Amino acid sequence: MKEEIKEFIENAISKDLVVLFMKGSRDMPMCGFSAKVIEILNNLNVPYQTYDILSDEDLRSGIKEFSNWPTIPQLYINKEFVGGCDICIEMSENGELAKKLNN
Amino acid sequence: MKESYIKEKIEDSIPGTSVKITGDGVHFEAVIISESFEGLSTLERHKVVYSALGDDMKEKIHALSMKTYTPTESMKGELK
Repeated sequence: MKEEIKEFIENAISKDLVVLFMKGSRDMPMCGFSAKVIEILNNLNVPYQTYDILSDEDLRSGIKEFSNWPTIPQLYINKEFVGGCDICIEMSENGELAKKLNN
Repeated sequence: MKESYIKEKIEDSIPGTSVKITGDGVHFEAVIISESFEGLSTLERHKVVYSALGDDMKEKIHALSMKTYTPTESMKGELK
């Protein structure tokens, strides 16, 4: 991974508490899984930042390596990798996501 | 990419695992029951499966939606 991409990601997850690396934007997600996580975050009513990995090939491959996770979307809360779409759904259903965000 | 290929690859790589999978060739949904998930978080379980699939996950599989359970959890009726 390029050093500048690593720095970009580290900066991105430090700057905002809730960060979603996704396909497309929050207003126009380009994939059903990204759309699902946006829906979950919107329902939780928390501020979050998004990064579109489709517009940056280095970021797309970089974030997969950084998180050691092969798919997009990827959610970070407080610099910690939370997971992909399945995990967000599970944590939203069992209340863990809301709990994590309240801490 | 065939469902049976993914099923076998996961079952062969992770001992004590059984996989039920459906898909359309690029998007797949799997229910994975494995003894090796005991004591692991969901995140860790998914990482175990991703690592079993290796480069296939990067190249051939566009999306794999997973539900992961231990045999005990699956018997408790936690399967959804």
